[in-house]
Amino acid sequence: MTGPARGAIHVDGEVLATKRVGAFTHLTIVAPGVGERFRPGTFVTVRPDDRARPAPRPFWVHRVRPVGGHAAALQLVVEPRGAGSRWLAGLPVGARVPITGPLGRAFALPKEQVPCLLVGEGYAAAPLFPLAERLRERGCPVSLVLAAPDEPRLLSALEARRSARAVTVVTADGSVGVRGAVADVLPDALARSEAAVVYATGTTATLHAAAAAAEAHGAWSQTAVEQPLACATGLCHGCPVPVVAENGSPRSARACYDGPVLRGDRVRWHDLEAGLP
Amino acid sequence: MSAAPTTLAGMPLPSPVLVAAGCGGTGRELAAYVDLAALGGFVTRSISLDPRPGAAAPRVVESPSGLVHATGFPNPGVQGFLATELPWLVQQGARVVVSMVAGSLGEYAELARRLGTAPGLAAVEVNLGPADGAGPGVLDVREPVHTGHVVAAVRRELPDGVAVLAKVRPDPLRVVESARAVTDAGAAAVVVGGPLAAALPDGRPAGLGGPAVGPVVARCVAEVCAGLDRAAVVAGGGVATADQARRLLDLGAVAVQVGTAQLHDPTTLARLVAALDPTPDPDTPGGPP
Repeated sequence: MTGPARGAIHVDGEVLATKRVGAFTHLTIVAPGVGERFRPGTFVTVRPDDRARPAPRPFWVHRVRPVGGHAAALQLVVEPRGAGSRWLAGLPVGARVPITGPLGRAFALPKEQVPCLLVGEGYAAAPLFPLAERLRERGCPVSLVLAAPDEPRLLSALEARRSARAVTVVTADGSVGVRGAVADVLPDALARSEAAVVYATGTTATLHAAAAAAEAHGAWSQTAVEQPLACATGLCHGCPVPVVAENGSPRSARACYDGPVLRGDRVRWHDLEAGLP
Repeated sequence: MSAAPTTLAGMPLPSPVLVAAGCGGTGRELAAYVDLAALGGFVTRSISLDPRPGAAAPRVVESPSGLVHATGFPNPGVQGFLATELPWLVQQGARVVVSMVAGSLGEYAELARRLGTAPGLAAVEVNLGPADGAGPGVLDVREPVHTGHVVAAVRRELPDGVAVLAKVRPDPLRVVESARAVTDAGAAAVVVGGPLAAALPDGRPAGLGGPAVGPVVARCVAEVCAGLDRAAVVAGGGVATADQARRLLDLGAVAVQVGTAQLHDPTTLARLVAALDPTPDPDTPGGPP
């Protein structure tokens, strides 16, 4: 049985294709209904079919595409790091996977045709690609900052050049693009793009830098926080993100349900970095 | 075979399947996956007198066949709960069981007084085995005799129409003693199960739930049902399938609570409610015409 949770449904998916690209595995999965409901910034969970691993695994959606006879197949980007992501990355074509989604709050899109700067890091840059498409459809000029520790973990830089007006690549080891961190290139990228909105994905440090740079520049920011999740459906209160409520009082949001996309000026970044609720 | 209709503390329940405390969000998130009115009951996350921000992250970590969790009972406090959560739950037709956590007997009594006048409340569940460990605002109830004191303090403050369920630690050696203490003190049912005391990888006290605790809970349920024939038992811990639920019911439990399995698979409760529906299926051969 499935039910609508802001559009979330639960289906048995099937792996249609699997491809190694650099350090990542790109998985194409048919999950009827999930792709149709997807909005950039929402995510899906894939459940190991193994009761010894009770936590569902969250993944960003990189693309939603017609594949074969399927109207809206999902493409997930998996960096094999833990037991769950290694299992998923190792699945063969044809494997069945229980999948729930889309989950969480999507990126808010500007009502007017304003320039936007998209900042993404590693595999977490995945949702910026469908976001760039939506923004361009609305007539918003899109600039992109793609960051990664190294080239194998730089996501789809070639495609990025097709989907954005300007692309800045930055890697920690300098293997491609500018050597450094996101924070180093943000002021320049913001000035050149004249962005009114900054969209950011990646580590907390990157999101914090993007939110701070946006604020200094007088732009809005939308940050997709990535926290370890347990249920990913808002049930367990296991993924606190310290925020400031509309009335200015501190409160705790759930990364999976109130997020993952939160306004950058609402997140208490120092508390988040310290693990405080 | 169709099961007998479920009655808990005098309340007829549409299903013997309840959501366990802390695993149903505020209800709104769960309602996306199961009809709250079809559940045997909606047990809230533990509500305290004052708002609690909850513990530092990480709060929930996977372990083999389990989830280790220490959420620190984040909740809006009883005033916020009564204003923003309970009315909506009652409106959905849910039988609302409010899980209570407090720092002292006096706080438990005050919390019960505040809850007792709330319209639509079906029962309270006194959380006597908080595996997160004692901390500010969480009474450390170690001795079975103390569990009785807490239940008595709560019972005194509640109107007769609101039942008290007492959730005791799933410690097979002392669970019968705890169950006896809470029923003697006026608990209408004993909730046997919930997390085992554990630790997060960083050493903070935590609870372990999930498939790993199932056999421990089964033992506790068997002990309580054998040792205390007048106690109504609600069993919880490691229930993910209809067969597991039926085994606990066969041991003598009147209802089951589902927690970690719902976090693993959001369709679990809906499946179990359907599988344990006491209404005979008219299409089943041999069923009523």
